[in-house]
Amino acid sequence: MLDVKDLNKNFEDFEAVKNLSFTVNEGDVYGFLGQNGAGKSTTLRMLLKLIKPTSGKISFSGKNIANDNNEMLRQTGAIIERPDMYKFLSAYDNVNIFAKLSGIKPTRKLIMDQLEMVGLADRFDSKAKTYSQGMKQRLGIAIALIHAPKLIILDEPTNGLDPQGIADMRNLILRLSREMGKTVIVSSHLLSEIEVIANRMIIIHKGQKIVEGNVSALLDPADTVVEINTTDNNAAFLQLQNTSWQSHLQKTNKTLRLKMNKADVPKILQTLIGMQVEILSVQPRHSLEEYFLSLTNNDTHVEPFTN
Amino acid sequence: MWSLLQIELYKISKRPRTYIAFLAIAGIVLIIQAAFKADPGYLNILLQNVGDTFEVDKGKVINGYFMCYMILNTLLIQVPILIALVAGDAISGEANMGTLRLLLTKPISRIKIIGVKFLASIIYTVALLIFMALLALFLSMAIFGVDDLLVFRAKGDESQILQITKDDIMWRYFAAFAYAAVALTVIAALALFLSVFAENSIGPIVATVCIVIVCTIISNLNIPIIDKNIRPWLFTSYLVGWKGFFYIAIDEENVPIKGSMENWPAIRNSLFILLAHIAVLFGGAVWFFKRKDILT
Repeated sequence: MLDVKDLNKNFEDFEAVKNLSFTVNEGDVYGFLGQNGAGKSTTLRMLLKLIKPTSGKISFSGKNIANDNNEMLRQTGAIIERPDMYKFLSAYDNVNIFAKLSGIKPTRKLIMDQLEMVGLADRFDSKAKTYSQGMKQRLGIAIALIHAPKLIILDEPTNGLDPQGIADMRNLILRLSREMGKTVIVSSHLLSEIEVIANRMIIIHKGQKIVEGNVSALLDPADTVVEINTTDNNAAFLQLQNTSWQSHLQKTNKTLRLKMNKADVPKILQTLIGMQVEILSVQPRHSLEEYFLSLTNNDTHVEPFTN
Repeated sequence: MWSLLQIELYKISKRPRTYIAFLAIAGIVLIIQAAFKADPGYLNILLQNVGDTFEVDKGKVINGYFMCYMILNTLLIQVPILIALVAGDAISGEANMGTLRLLLTKPISRIKIIGVKFLASIIYTVALLIFMALLALFLSMAIFGVDDLLVFRAKGDESQILQITKDDIMWRYFAAFAYAAVALTVIAALALFLSVFAENSIGPIVATVCIVIVCTIISNLNIPIIDKNIRPWLFTSYLVGWKGFFYIAIDEENVPIKGSMENWPAIRNSLFILLAHIAVLFGGAVWFFKRKDILT
């Protein structure tokens, strides 16, 4: 559906996006993962023609969007960073206006159905400035979906939401994909968020692609790092060196680290208990998550991830 | 395009700041009318420059046409500020609200978007002038009646009074308001141009007002080198060109020639220069807006 090839964006001397290529297939929930400033928003804005690429090509349904007479925008709904709306207008007026701007002639029923879907039908006549953050987010979704787009682009859609709002947003994204067959691109700086909603994902760092692929393959449970904290980590480390776990052990100053299959966690715990080691905490992490955290914590050069 | 324009006008109509200009104009016009109705002696202040030269029947001077001329003389200098309030907000206001990025993700070309915003600014300008005409001209006619219009004019070091018969006035007002619409559209184009670069509306509004003030001061400096080289290029030199419609030509016996203007070519040239300013400013706004990266 969407094919991005060698995309670059420079702001004077700063390279915000470097040779970025990725493909989004129809029906994907495509996770766009990167720490703040990684180039996610810049890339999504280039997809939406808000920013002009320095070089590269973006194709939608096989057509270069630079020459598609806004065909991609006709079939796209988006929320960039925060839900935008005319705060001095009512929810009804906002949805009505943006429906018309999207090229459709909305009926009152269509607008009210849309507001009903996001739970704002009873406040349809209130000015948007009187809405809570969660209500604004829902109105933003109503605006983004009113013209029944095939592709939905959501940039950090859970930012600023409370836990219930975050759960609602996740459910909505899953509904859009599974029940309505929409293709969704969703950006986040949280792997845990992408993990639960996306089927495919890309990680970018400093404007470059680190890894792209199926979430299930990238987050394979066989590729887990388990961090175990005990009352005496050095003693536990020495004891494990004399067992079959030796090959899984990774040297660290603070905790015991073992690269292993997530399913084997109970076995290592049994071994440690058998050796009368007192366990304080156990934290299994996927190696991709480890890697992503290292990006967040370490601003030095990072080699591309290899799964 | 029509649908876009309707949306734009609807948005403008829903913003409280839109009505500031109408309230300001209504306030000023009504105060002036009330003051003159209550005490026509205010006219002495206006006549002090010509009182020594001419015999003036003050009772005959004050009428609806004269009141309108005087009000336009006072107000058309200030109206640019009011125009800037709306035109300066056109793009930057959307950027400030975050709606610019939403607007630009819709399948509408940027040229259409800025074109519609400019058109809406022109309509606002014309609406403001029509409102001003209704109050300053027609309400004054209702309050003060109609008679010949005496136009007081400083020409070089001399003062001059021109008398226009009452049946030769109305077309001049329509022409003057049309000219003022073009002149004020330059202000709208300037404010829109500045609006393209800003992320909030205060900047372009203040910048527009500053540019108008600075250019007006330069336009009024009587320094030969400025008069010759700079003044002709400043749009502010032509903002009061509407007065040309009231400078009636006089024959060899000093009798005004009905339906005439003293210097139509000068008015026509002024209009061309104003239209050129509009073309350059709007063209610039389109050029930059098309290439603008939306980062907010």
